Amino acid sequence: MKKFINNNDDFLKESLTGFGKAHSDIINVNLDPSFVSRKNKTKDGKVSLISGGGSGHEPMHGGFVGHGMLDAACPGFVFSAPTPDQMQAAAEHVDSGAGVLFIVKNYSGDIMNFQMGAEMYSGKNDSIVTNDDVAVEDSTFTTGRRGVAATVLVEKIVGSLAEHGGSLEECKKLGEKVNKNAGTMGVAFTSCTVPAAGKPTFDIGDDEMEFGVGIHGEPGRKREKIQPSKTIVGNILEAILDNLKPEKNEKNLLFVNGMGGTPLTELYLVYEDACQILQSKGVQVTKSLVGNYCTSLEMQGASITLLKCDDDILKHWDAPVHTAALRWGM
Amino acid sequence: MSVSFLISQAKSVQKVIDEHSAEIEVLDQKIGDGDHIFNIQRGLKLVVELEDSIKDLPLAKALNMIAMKVLSGIGGSSGALFGTFFMTMAKSPDLDKDVDFIKACEMVISGIQAMKDRGKADVGEKTMMDVLIPVSEKLNELKNESEFKSGLNEVIKIAEERMLSTKDMLATKGRASFLGERAKGHIDPGARSSQLIIDTICKSVINN
Repeated sequence: MKKFINNNDDFLKESLTGFGKAHSDIINVNLDPSFVSRKNKTKDGKVSLISGGGSGHEPMHGGFVGHGMLDAACPGFVFSAPTPDQMQAAAEHVDSGAGVLFIVKNYSGDIMNFQMGAEMYSGKNDSIVTNDDVAVEDSTFTTGRRGVAATVLVEKIVGSLAEHGGSLEECKKLGEKVNKNAGTMGVAFTSCTVPAAGKPTFDIGDDEMEFGVGIHGEPGRKREKIQPSKTIVGNILEAILDNLKPEKNEKNLLFVNGMGGTPLTELYLVYEDACQILQSKGVQVTKSLVGNYCTSLEMQGASITLLKCDDDILKHWDAPVHTAALRWGM
Repeated sequence: MSVSFLISQAKSVQKVIDEHSAEIEVLDQKIGDGDHIFNIQRGLKLVVELEDSIKDLPLAKALNMIAMKVLSGIGGSSGALFGTFFMTMAKSPDLDKDVDFIKACEMVISGIQAMKDRGKADVGEKTMMDVLIPVSEKLNELKNESEFKSGLNEVIKIAEERMLSTKDMLATKGRASFLGERAKGHIDPGARSSQLIIDTICKSVINN
């Protein structure tokens, strides 16, 4: 394992402290229990959005704390759900009285810990669970789909509604709509290495890829030989379109997300392939996001997310945002 | 059950889990995401380190401190589930009186029931509950028997059988559930760690 690391016990604390210093104009980092919150107090009457999850997916979620997006984020250890006391402390810190909406990715550890955090928090709160990954079908064999990259889109779009005075109920409703309108699938070329483990999470041949990989390197649909980008992108989009079935006149947001170890040059190439394929199928792409936003440590690979957008979603997507990882309009 | 019993059990379990850490890590990498063993080891270390702060406390308070330490210090599914277990045990009535074998069984049974409610997992779903639920049922039978020590040998056997039975199961809960058929052929890491814990504690009770 080659990583920038001093000792494993301090890995997360040192990284969070650095994150806090680097973005001290917009966020604060609290340690023990650890959470990232906005530098400025939540305005009275604004619903607070809190997300969180295991670390190792940076910039998700701490990088999305700031105006127009999250109010706080709770980072767990690498690939481990955060603990209920973190959610409770973050909620107590940011809630201005309008209530807290927890945004949770569909993983059992996250669900349980957020549930306990919500039970321990005495203020008004509600939760939404994202489950956009179409790689593993909702079947008798699965508890449901995984929550992955579309969580970024949910946080951005609901964040704007909250900023514009949306109520807790309205924020939850919009979040559920965005999640339902989104489909994601990823592919990995290499494994990632959890610092505490010190070795790669899975073995994969030089000429192989994991199709439908999860954001912790957990296996997906199948292991196969690597293909030209157009073929990989075509197969991913086929799975997503099968699931989302967008209408011909519908507007869509196309999000190409890097897993952490793939250069932007390749991500833009993936974006180009996806645009061409979608165009040939009559699927309209009107908004875009390309970059490393929901990563899996140093894994090489990418995921593609398609989000069907109505005017409401488009308006909130375009609204100003100022976070460490996403910034436009201000 | 006493605070000193809890501390000595935590130490014995820590030793056994450490001896099997490589094996559990591999199981979790096959069908999970590789964090289970680190979570369990971190939790045990935190509990063992509590010794000085809990050794003179009443049982309910000590259990509660263990619960909060586990809940805030582990993370992942294990933290929420084992935290729930200790929190429920801490809420048992009459902990200021002598906690005999029957009472201890009841506490463990209610703790496992609370874990089942929290994780919404039942037997047959390829999780640690495949070991814990049958163990809890057996304890429920045993608690009224005079010869409980020999009964604990059956608990050890049930835990092992049920742990092994997760090998051919399809997962429907936990992270392995996202794998469908591919999770078959591997023992669930949570079932293995739970079985080792049961095994260690039962053997120690039998030998004392």
